[in-house]
Amino acid sequence: MEKLLEVKDLQVSFQTYGGEVQAVRGVSFHLNKGETLAIVGESGSGKSVTSQTIMRLIPTPPGKIKSGQIIFNGEDLAKKTDKEMEAIRGKDIGMIFQDPMTSLNPTMKVGHQIMEVLIKHLKMDKAAAKERAIELLRLVGIPMPEKRVNQYPHEFSGGMRQRAMIAVALASNPKLLIADEPTTALDVTIQAQILELMKDLQKKMGTSIIFITHDLGVVANVADRVAVMYAGKIVEMGTVDEIFYDPRHPYTWGLLASMPSLDSDDKAELAAIPGTPPDLTNPPKGDAFAPRNPYAMKIDFELEPPMFKISDTHYAATWLLHPDAPKVEPPEAVKKRLRQLSSNYPQPVIVKESE
Amino acid sequence: MLRYISRRLLSILLSLFLIITATFFLMRAAPGGPFSGEKKLPPEIEKNLNEYYGLDRPWYNQYFDYLVSIAKWDFGPSFKYKGQTVNDLINDGFPVSFFLGMESLLLAVSLGILLGVIAALNHNKWQDYGAMIFAVLGISVPSFIMASLLQYVLAIKLGLFPVARWESLQHTVLPALALAATPMAFIARLTRSSMLEVLSNDYIRTAKAKGLSKGQITVKHAIRNALLPVVTYLGPLSAAVLTGSFVIEKIFGIPGLGSQFVLSISNRDYTTIMGVTVFYSILLLFSVLLVDIAYGLIDPRIKLAGGKKGE
Repeated sequence: MEKLLEVKDLQVSFQTYGGEVQAVRGVSFHLNKGETLAIVGESGSGKSVTSQTIMRLIPTPPGKIKSGQIIFNGEDLAKKTDKEMEAIRGKDIGMIFQDPMTSLNPTMKVGHQIMEVLIKHLKMDKAAAKERAIELLRLVGIPMPEKRVNQYPHEFSGGMRQRAMIAVALASNPKLLIADEPTTALDVTIQAQILELMKDLQKKMGTSIIFITHDLGVVANVADRVAVMYAGKIVEMGTVDEIFYDPRHPYTWGLLASMPSLDSDDKAELAAIPGTPPDLTNPPKGDAFAPRNPYAMKIDFELEPPMFKISDTHYAATWLLHPDAPKVEPPEAVKKRLRQLSSNYPQPVIVKESE
Repeated sequence: MLRYISRRLLSILLSLFLIITATFFLMRAAPGGPFSGEKKLPPEIEKNLNEYYGLDRPWYNQYFDYLVSIAKWDFGPSFKYKGQTVNDLINDGFPVSFFLGMESLLLAVSLGILLGVIAALNHNKWQDYGAMIFAVLGISVPSFIMASLLQYVLAIKLGLFPVARWESLQHTVLPALALAATPMAFIARLTRSSMLEVLSNDYIRTAKAKGLSKGQITVKHAIRNALLPVVTYLGPLSAAVLTGSFVIEKIFGIPGLGSQFVLSISNRDYTTIMGVTVFYSILLLFSVLLVDIAYGLIDPRIKLAGGKKGE
């Protein structure tokens, strides 16, 4: 598999009046060509900051890339100037945002907003760009694109606006599409349609996708691999099967246990993860999840857990995987899912973070 | 659209009627009259004058006659300037005030928006502080001080422009600058705050994610959305500026409409007060109408609804 994107030890922080907020604290992952990576986590876990840093959309100041590399297509995006990024944004990397109601310019025709990308990056003239914009609108499933191309965003419904946003993001056939909670603001039936559309377009265009979400149902639907983020770090990463059927990190257990499933008894209460995420101006010593973790051990409050490798593709950062750790049982809801995966190593292996 | 405009025209007529009525009676309620001066006029002469101008007749006759003549665009003779009608005064003064007003409007709008945009794009940097200090000065320095300063520095010390009078284009520069200072500063502040708000919008991030440059984002996405508050302010502003400023016209010796407006009141020149007020109201009401139409052109979400809803 060829790597399209590799993020190495990325650290991003924001300078605020209250001090320096360390939003992303050493994130490393990679993305293969044509693959979909889902980044999940609750609000404030750093997933959006990570994705916007890849696009270099973080306003600087107050934001700052403190260290790390973002290797895209063999080039380090972290070192690019704003001017150089303009040639990459919208051309090689497209982006879809959460709220389609506010992400389109209300005073500009939808067609024109698509044409902008075509004129800027593909050097099309106006007539050709308009024709292509109509094709793109048709491609994303908007009926009567010839008429719609001349309409304003307020004449579109929420789902249609998100379709138009997808058309904008895919206009110049980017290698990477970053979708930052693209379905969160939509109702469930429209969500399913948008996800289907994205999968369909990915098949047609061979785009790699980074899919940011906090909805595990969506993850199961679209992703090849999953990275679970907590307090600015990736705590577990693996293929969809590994995360859903063989999760190892207590935080992932908590997320899975809090998700309703079809076969779950509707009398049983959904589990919630107690507490709130830590304040990242002052990240706690040891494992940031420890105060909310029912499985926390003494060492979790003292020393940050290293990454353990469970299989070639499955990583988790928890002391529970250490050979000296006591054997613990995951929560009931998670235990029901567990399957024996043949790719696992006989024993988790400690890896150095910046391998 | 047509329906909307005709409805608005009707409401303009109604407003005008109310304005005329209110002014008519307020004016009569004020003590003194057009012929009361330092020197008491002999009663016979005053009686003759009142008879000549119809002031001896009952108020309702005067009121209805006045309504009829205004409908014919006849504001009647001036009480103070013998042999001149109020129409003459307006016809003489308005073109001058209009020219001066247009010049300063253009200055105020273009410089104000430019300053505001520069300030917003460089939020909390020296350009921002510089533009806003400039704007605060422009708002807080009264126009008569601004005018004298400009006269002193640009005309007397540097000799770039004539000090006063109304003769050539050169003569218009200083009064236009003095008149433009305050609205320009106001527009700069309005533009800045509304640009800042627009720049924090999601669609600006989308535009950035498309790879557009800062300039393209500002021109194509931000300014148009930031302009609505400025356009709102432009309606009353243009009516006020176009009918002239008493202070500026006095300082620069300009034969405009603004001085007529103020002088007519201290003179109790009833017909001139009425005429100038009506004229000013018409300008104001129409510029507000224009602003509302401009809204619809700038922001497609604003529909100029006709009679029915959802049209």
